[in-house]
Order: sequence, then structure tokens, then C-alpha cells
Amino acid sequence: MRETFFFLLMLCLSLAAGHALAQEADSFETGLQRLSANSFSETERAIEEIAASGHPQAYKILDAASSRRLFYSKLQNVVAWKKDSGAYVDARTGDATTSPPDDLKAVRLNNKLRGLVDAAMGGLSLLADDPGKRRDAAASVFKTRDVKNLQSVNAALAKEKNAEIAKMLTEAKAAIIVTTTGYPDAEVIDAIKSLEARGDQETLGLIRAVPDTASEAVKKAAASAEASVETKLALWETAQNLWYGLSLGSVLLLAAIGLAITFGVMGVINMAHGEMVMIGAYTTFVVQEFIRSSAPELFNYSLAIAVPLAFVVAGVVGVAIERGVIRFLYGRPLDTLLATWGISLILQQTVRTIFGPTNREVGAPDFMSGAFEIGQLSITWNRLWIFIFAALIFTGLLLALRYTSMGLQMRAVTQNRRMAGSMGIRTGRVDALTFGLGSGIAGLAGVALSQIDNVSPNLGQSYIIDSFLVVIFGGVGNLWGTLIGAMSLGIANKFLEPFAGAVLGKILLLVLIILFIQKRPRGLFALKGRAIEQ
Amino acid sequence: MISRAIFENNVGGTIFLGILAILAVMVPVLHLAVPEDSFFHVSTSTVVVFGKYLSFALLALSLDLIWGYCGILSLGHGAFFALGGYAMGMYLKLQTSGGAPPDFMVFLNWKDLPWYWWGFDHLSFALLMVLFIPGILAFVFGYFAFRSRVTGVYLSIITQLLTYALWLSFFRNDMGFGGNNGLTDFSTIAGYSVQAPETRAALFSTTAIALMAGYLIAKAVVESKLGKVLVAIRDAESRTRFIGYRVEAYKTFVFTLAAMMAGVAGALYVPQVGIINPGEFHPANSIEMVIWVGAGGRGTLTGAALGAVLINYFKTIFTTGFLAPYWLFALGGIFILVTVFLPKGIVGTLASVDWRRWIPAKRAPADEAQLKPEPAE
Repeated sequence: MRETFFFLLMLCLSLAAGHALAQEADSFETGLQRLSANSFSETERAIEEIAASGHPQAYKILDAASSRRLFYSKLQNVVAWKKDSGAYVDARTGDATTSPPDDLKAVRLNNKLRGLVDAAMGGLSLLADDPGKRRDAAASVFKTRDVKNLQSVNAALAKEKNAEIAKMLTEAKAAIIVTTTGYPDAEVIDAIKSLEARGDQETLGLIRAVPDTASEAVKKAAASAEASVETKLALWETAQNLWYGLSLGSVLLLAAIGLAITFGVMGVINMAHGEMVMIGAYTTFVVQEFIRSSAPELFNYSLAIAVPLAFVVAGVVGVAIERGVIRFLYGRPLDTLLATWGISLILQQTVRTIFGPTNREVGAPDFMSGAFEIGQLSITWNRLWIFIFAALIFTGLLLALRYTSMGLQMRAVTQNRRMAGSMGIRTGRVDALTFGLGSGIAGLAGVALSQIDNVSPNLGQSYIIDSFLVVIFGGVGNLWGTLIGAMSLGIANKFLEPFAGAVLGKILLLVLIILFIQKRPRGLFALKGRAIEQ
Repeated sequence: MISRAIFENNVGGTIFLGILAILAVMVPVLHLAVPEDSFFHVSTSTVVVFGKYLSFALLALSLDLIWGYCGILSLGHGAFFALGGYAMGMYLKLQTSGGAPPDFMVFLNWKDLPWYWWGFDHLSFALLMVLFIPGILAFVFGYFAFRSRVTGVYLSIITQLLTYALWLSFFRNDMGFGGNNGLTDFSTIAGYSVQAPETRAALFSTTAIALMAGYLIAKAVVESKLGKVLVAIRDAESRTRFIGYRVEAYKTFVFTLAAMMAGVAGALYVPQVGIINPGEFHPANSIEMVIWVGAGGRGTLTGAALGAVLINYFKTIFTTGFLAPYWLFALGGIFILVTVFLPKGIVGTLASVDWRRWIPAKRAPADEAQLKPEPAE
């Protein structure tokens, strides 16, 4: 289908190129006249002539013809097309017709003609009014780089006002010149230069495709352009990996930061932390289900509604766990670890019983779907929002720990529990609130992760080990450790992946972390001082 | 001297060894000699299932040695079990294929055995590897970890990372261990069919004897001076170091010993169950083992074995019937109940009851109970 289209496009453009610009007005006029003959063969020639004329109105006429909005009047020798509003426009001038003739008849097309019209429009779209259409046409010429298009590209280039499209046209022209033999060296070298400026994977292919028969000067220019494009590409690839790494790092940060807080303050690893993430994700699911069934117009706000709810739900569960189980295990961190593992099993099974073992569908609101590009960097909106979300949570937490009295108390308990207790801080209450806070943040992480991962009862399990990695790598001294731990693990992971593959990369990373712990048993940012030693 | 330590003042241990000795003799007899329709006949499935429990008991015993007596909570002990199992599985696989590359390598178009499979066609070599592979890994890992003074929760997590890394590795087909499917479809062991009732009975007895041997070794260790140092490390690591003991050497020794015992348990597990796959490396398995020890009683040895058998027995009951969806509730509940209400475990709680109170004639001096060191974290 596509090939056929391009073939017809080429055909048309070559026809268009075949006619001298001087004849433009004539062929346009004769074309219009032919329409009133009301025969398919005449209409066919008419279409060819109108397309070939390159007349400013040609595109609109063909467009109207393809959607059966083109009319002719034999008596008055008028061709007109109808707007969506129903008003008629004179095809010759493009002006509105105040008094349309009575004998207007639609120009009929058969399948063959319809194909011809489509193809002709493709060629003319280099000259279309809509910049989007011109852009598409230029891109397709760049891809096909058929020498027959050269003339229409030149024509379009002469008229083009939009700098971006002009650049695309120049590149399309360059692509044609570079891959065709017989152009003067200077022109080819110019073409290579403009391709070098574009500098993506496709141009690399084009530059490499410079024919062997080319002169030494051209070959030299091609070689230097190739090298510079390669460097550029490597840089973009690094930037892309860096972004992937930061994106993964922000996910890790979200998953681990709550764990780091509870670990820092209470010295216990909460094995049920992953399940708090899962609870957050399921809260999002429930919110969306509710919105779908009762207020679909709110769907785009579903995440905004889910965020506070997930924080509260997970936080309440966290406080319940602390009050119900963990406070009986003070001073026994290893027992706490086992008890929270038991809790995680129960929570998983509870969710499995309520929601079933299969993945649940959590939709993305409009502002989180799709992607955009910066240079050759492709960034999906959901990853970007998660990155921003993680940054907001991190900053918020940092400020809360720094400037609130609760934060002050938490830091005091982290640094020296007994001393803090002696100063009148109710360490038990701090523990419970810390646990609630850590769990609530895990719930927030769940809202974010529901956008990029499967919402299933196993969601938490898949993040818990990564969260441990972050926490023990970063240390529990302060939140910056967690940030640096998460980001460096994310980036390391993404940079190891291309060399070693996803699984082997992960294994390497685990081994590196195990070795790192030998060097710094308390992580990057360890709390210093005697208080830490038992 | 050691035998005195084991049998005197050790009612639990004596009963434990007695029961195992009876099982090792009676189960094969009841399985093979008693006709199938008899009430006393022990069915094949029972032999297999209880053989599996006993290998788990040996595994739990080894874990108790490091956790109960040295305070090292390993969340990756399953790795050593699985490595021992893989070593045995490799031998069994080569028995089946007659020394040629086994079926899964044929599917991968591998013409020759990889070098790390060499020698596994000999049972004696495989048995040595069952001890050495987990032992060497534990020695290297333990040496570095303990030398760097990685302790407590940090140690638990890096042991978990260790088994997680192995779990990921063994899933890879390129590793040459059968990938996802692991090693299965065994035919013979030392020339005898693994399916034959006689082989099954022999494997059961071997497992029971290995468990007895494991208990005796562990008991000998904990009753020796070495064992006292281990307990000292568990209760106050820094103080022990300041007194002048080389804490890391003690820890590395006991960690390696426990890993080798776990390897033996894995090697006994595989021929009875008939499969070893990467799932055994999963961190969740290793955590489950810890609760066997916790439920039975850490620092009691017999308790660990009892806990392994009891919890796995419950697991079999739960997961085979209509109760299956509730098993995780039960298991999770056990974790919480044991840590909150029964930190000493079943055997530990029974042992801490002052039974002499119920015998009025021989009242012990009250001081003695207070002198007993209280097991800390």
C-alpha cells in the first residue's frame, strides 16, 4: 500500500516536474476546463494538469475533489468547491462565490482517479498551506530520496518561509544529491555538510552510501562527516542512557526512600515495605474504577485524587503494623525483619484474595501518555512525570525533616535513641509516626509505579530487593545518601545493560554492591560516632 | 569427653538421636518388607515426603548453628542448599546421559560438556563437590564479609543479595545448568534406579543418618570451647573482639561449616524429590528456612530440626487441599506469632520451663537459673 502510494507520488511529481513553470497558468486553466467534460478520461488529464501546474489553488481543488466537494458549471464555465460550512469558493481565484450557478454538478471520480488525486496531493503537499503536511512530505522525500523529486523540492525550497521545513527540505535535497552520481563536487560536499548538521542514524547511513566513484575530495568530506556524526550519535546515546538511568533511579528512589527513613530511625528493615507500594498501586486502581463507574469526566484527575488517598491508606496500614506488631519487638532488629516478612506474606495474600491474582489495569491520564523528543532524545511523559514526582517527594521530605519539629525529633532518634529519650522525646510515638510516614511514601510510590508496572499482588516483591540495594548502598545517615544511591544504581544499571544484557547486568551490579559493602559496611553516607556501635 | 557432653544432661538430644535411629531402620523395613495392604505399610509417597522433611531438618540444623549460636542471620542459606543440590543433580544428569552432554545441552547445540561439568560423572567427585562448592563460596563470602565487620541487618541483606544474584544466574540458559527447568528426569544413582523402592528406602535411611551425623557434629561444635566463643560473639561481638578473640575467624569457620551441611542436605534432597531448579535459590525460600528454626527454637539444634519437619508437614497439608489459598496467611501468621510470642521457639520454651519444680524431692538451687546466659539477638 505504502509503496504504491510512493510510486504514484513519484509519478505525479515527475509529471509536475516535466512541465515548465511558465506553463503553470495555462495548464491550470485547461485542466479546469477539462473538468466540465464530465468524462473520466478528461478528468484524469485535468487532475494531471492541475497537479502539474503547481498553482496555489491546486492543492485545495484536489482536496475538494477527493472528498466530493468539487463542482463544475458547464454553462457558466465555473469550477467551485464547497466549504464545510456549505459556502462555495471559486476554484480559480480562491474567493468566495456569492451567487453559485444553478447547474452545479459534482465532479465524479472512480477508484483509479481517486488514487491519482491522492498521489497528486502527495506531491503538491510539499507546497501545501498546512505546515504539518509540508513537513510530512519533506520527511517522506528524505526517506525515499528519489531523484525525480529534486525539482519539486527545489520549487518548494524557493517558496518555503518556515525555517524548520526549509531545513528539512534542504536535507531532503542533500540526501538526493549525496546518493546520486553526477553532481559537481562542491554541491555534493555542501550536501554532506547539511547532512552532517542533521547527524542522526539515517544520515550516517546516507553518508556511508556515498558512491565509490565519487572524487577524493567528496570522499574525504564524507569520512570527516561520518566521524563527526558518529561522535554526535554516541553523545546522544549516552544522554539517552543517562535519562533512562535517571528515570530508573527516580523509581528506585521512590521505592526506597520510605524504607530508608524507617531503617534510619528504627534500625529495622521493613520487609513489608514492598507491600505498602502495592497497596498504593491498588488504591490507584480502586480510585480509577470508582471514577470510571461514577464520574468518568474526572478520569484525568484520578492520579491527583489517588495520591493523597494512597498516602493515607498505606500510612494507616503502616501505623497499624507498628502498633500491632513491631513495637513488641524493640531492640530485636532481626526478629522485626522476620515478623515484617510474615506481614508481607499476609498482605500479599489478602490482596490476592480481594482483587485476584492477575494484573489489574490502571489507565494513564492524557497528560501522562505519549512521548516527546529533544534532539535525538526520546522522553516519555509518564517517565518524566515520575521523575518530577520523585523529585517533589524528595524535596518535601528533606524540608519536612529539616524544618518541622517532627523531623527534628526523627533526626534526634536516628542519631541517638537513648539520648533523645532522655531529652523528653517520646521515641515510641516517633517510631510509630516514622513508620506511618515511610509507609505512606511507599504508597505514593505505588501510585507512580502503577503507571509503569503491572499492578499485581507481586508488585511489591519485585521492588523490595532493589530498595534494599539502594538503602545499604546509600547508607542511612541522611536522605542524600538514598538519592545518590538510587541515582547511581539506576544509571549503572542502564549503562551495564547494553554491554552485558539486562540479567547479567543486574547480576554484575549485585556483585559490585556486595564488594562495595566490604569496603564500606555502612554504605556511602554512614552515620559517624560511637552511638552507632551497638 | 565429647560423647559425655552430648549424652549427659541432654535428654532432648538423646531422644532426637533415638527417634532418628529408629526411623532409619524401621521405615525401610515397613516400606519394603511389610505387604502393601497392611496397616503398618509405609507408602512410597510417605517415604519420599518424610525423606524430604529430614533433608530440610538437616538444612535447618545448619542454619541454627550460625543463627542460634553465632547470631548470623543468613537470608541466603538456601543458596548453599541449592548448590549442593545442583552438584548432585549434575551427577544424576550425567548418569542418565551416560557421560554425554545431557538433553538440555543437546537442545542448545552444545557438542561438549563445559569444563565445570568435568568429573561429575563420578559419584565420589560429585560428593566432594557437594561439600566443596558451598564450602568455598561460604568461605570466600564469609571471609570478606566478616573481615569487613558487616553485621546484623546489613549482613542479612547481603546474604539475600548473594542468593538473589545466584537465582538470576541460574535462570540463564547460557550458564549450562538447564536454565528455567533446572535438572530433572534422573534415572539412576550409583547404578540403582532412583524410582525403585529399595533406592528410596536407602536414601531415606541415608538422610536420617546424615541428620544424626549433622546433629553430632553441630553438638560437638557448640559444646566445645569454640562453641562458647561463638555464643560470646552472638551476645556481645565487640567485647569478644576486645578480649582478644579473632571474631572473623570463628564466624568464617562456622559459616563455612554450616554451608557444607546445607550442601549435603541439598544433595540428599535432589535424588528424593527428583528435581532441582533455580527456584530453590529464591530469597523467599531462604527466609522461610529461618522461620523453621525460629519456630522450633533457635540455639537448640533439635528444635531447628523439629521446626523444619513440623512447618513443612503443615505446608504439605495446607497446600494440597482446599486450604491452599490460606497457606500464606498461615505462614505469615507463624512468622508473627513466633517472633512476638514465642521467641525461644517450641523446644526453647519447653526447655526454659523449670521442670524440677514439678518434682518436689530434688529442688535445685534458685541461683543456677539466673546464672544462665540469656540469648540475645
